[in-house]
Amino acid sequence: MTDVSAFRLPLFRRKREAREVRGYWASVVNRLRYDYVTLFFLTIILAIILLAIFAPLLAPFDPTKTSMAYRMKPVGFRNFILGTDELGRDMLSRLLWGGRTSLMMGLVPVAAAMVIGGLLGVIAGFRGGWVNSAIMRTMDVFYAFPSVLLAVAISGTLGGGSKNGMIALTLVFIPSICRVAESATTQVRGLDFVEAARASGASTMSIIWHHILGNVLGPVFIFASSLISVSILLGSGLSFLGLGVEPPTPDWGLMLSTLRAGIYVQPLVCALPGVAIFITSLSFNLVSDGLRQAMDVKA
Amino acid sequence: MSAFDFIGVDLIPQEEPQAASLDERDRGGKQQPMLIVNGLRKYFPIRSGILQRHVGDVKAVDDVSFSVLKGETLGIVGESGCGKSTLARLLMHLIPSDSGEMIFDGDPVGGMRGLPLRDLRRNMQMVFQDSYSSLNPRLPVQDSVAYGPRVHGMNRTDAMDLACDLLDKVGLRASMFGARYPHELSGGQKQRVNIARALALNPRMIILDEAVSALDKSVEAQVLNLLGHLKREFNLTYVFISHDLNVVQYISDRVLVMYLGQVVEIGSVDAIYDTPLHPYSRALLDSRLSMDPDDRMTEPPISGDPPNPVNPPSGCRFRTRCAFAETVCAAEAPSLSQAGPDHFVACHMVRRGSGHSRLLS
Repeated sequence: MTDVSAFRLPLFRRKREAREVRGYWASVVNRLRYDYVTLFFLTIILAIILLAIFAPLLAPFDPTKTSMAYRMKPVGFRNFILGTDELGRDMLSRLLWGGRTSLMMGLVPVAAAMVIGGLLGVIAGFRGGWVNSAIMRTMDVFYAFPSVLLAVAISGTLGGGSKNGMIALTLVFIPSICRVAESATTQVRGLDFVEAARASGASTMSIIWHHILGNVLGPVFIFASSLISVSILLGSGLSFLGLGVEPPTPDWGLMLSTLRAGIYVQPLVCALPGVAIFITSLSFNLVSDGLRQAMDVKA
Repeated sequence: MSAFDFIGVDLIPQEEPQAASLDERDRGGKQQPMLIVNGLRKYFPIRSGILQRHVGDVKAVDDVSFSVLKGETLGIVGESGCGKSTLARLLMHLIPSDSGEMIFDGDPVGGMRGLPLRDLRRNMQMVFQDSYSSLNPRLPVQDSVAYGPRVHGMNRTDAMDLACDLLDKVGLRASMFGARYPHELSGGQKQRVNIARALALNPRMIILDEAVSALDKSVEAQVLNLLGHLKREFNLTYVFISHDLNVVQYISDRVLVMYLGQVVEIGSVDAIYDTPLHPYSRALLDSRLSMDPDDRMTEPPISGDPPNPVNPPSGCRFRTRCAFAETVCAAEAPSLSQAGPDHFVACHMVRRGSGHSRLLS
């Protein structure tokens, strides 16, 4: 009776027939295939990411090389396809290189917060009781501050630099992601299939891994993807205030900040970093929305 | 209900499986009951106020003792809130009991020397009432069935083969239904999956907690037939919890009547249904509707709600609704006493010399 390998069902062995119905993720992909808006913006995101990755190859100039002679030149001036900034640096090169920092600012804090906040939320939701109260009330303390203020306060305390900026943004996003994960876990935990899993002798870790995470990952992932644009904007905001990326490193937020003095001299050139931020965050928002629809099982 | 339910029925093998009288898992012998429950008790504490002070207990299951014989079906009936489902969860050890002991085939469950919980759960499985929420919406049903064996160390290929075989056994063609998600199945099909999942660990006993109550009548009948077939094929013992008295009569060998967390009457299905002795059992059975239109029910056989389980009446818990209540009923709680060869009743009217003016049986 204690030998776990002793399954003595009077069953005959036979080759299992191939699965005819596609799995969950395959069905999500299938639904996305017909969502042209999401596909379009997904392509834009991929293009932006590729441009950022291959910035060193694509950028025509050194993004930090200044030139007193060519300051604040308009779009299309000689070799400067998108003009130059207030120190005579090539805008196109700076936008390409700036995409690297801005995307890092958008993706890294959200990914980190998803892991940490998601984990805390699942623990809080699954354990319940005082563990839940302890974790969630701590989150509420962070939640009470406006996110911009909190990001500024944390990165101000830690000091400037893109690394500290990312840490600050991660801390800002943890409470909200934790809350989403906690509520999803609490919903799932009380259902009979969790009881049934426990009744089949599964350990807590196995239940969380096989039965809880699958149901929590969806909502958390969707929520986190909507935070990417927020993170890019907040990161740009931090740089704008001089708390995130330090000059001369190119970053869209920082460029927007330093160029705002020249807005009357070259309006189009000065608006370019803002346009880049706008397109990127809009794309992430719309793709996140499309994902939410595609991942809704009963759609 | 989809037409596939009917396809499923044809897939049940028609030949009768050979009588599995010799089960090598049997440890205690034929006479040893499969499960003995002794003095099982579960109080849910009620806390209130800022300090969460303990102000009382919901006495959901209070001193319940019974045994389940090998190969039988024990029906458990009682009105809503009498502790049937709590009892099921206590038997599965899904919630800890406050006191009481369980003996599974001669082995005491839990404790230092007893049968480990993991082994108990291999041998005892449960089918839940809500067929939808008892399946993980993100797992194909064959993975749900294969999960239990996987937990107990079976490799993935074998577990999936087993799951597919079991889905076939419960009348769902694995090649057609295995990879589907719960929301793609009907209620009856989902409950079949749940039954397959319960069978996956090759248990000796299955607790069916209102397993067919949520199904419509035709599907319910199919699932009941399936349960009977599986019981013979896999040599199972059932604990069948239901509020449907007709279904319990159909499927059970013995019946246990619960009232407010206590056993009021237990006996063979014929004894309980032909000569119910406890006033509550009689009222419960009288509340069944007659199939004869001329034989209409004019007044309710039992009125009022059951008393609050936080503060149950003294003595016999049924006395507040009992037509024969006397002073002895308030003073003293009746214990189960024998009223027939396989018939035990907890009522003062059954026991000679209890002080009650009437004597039944």
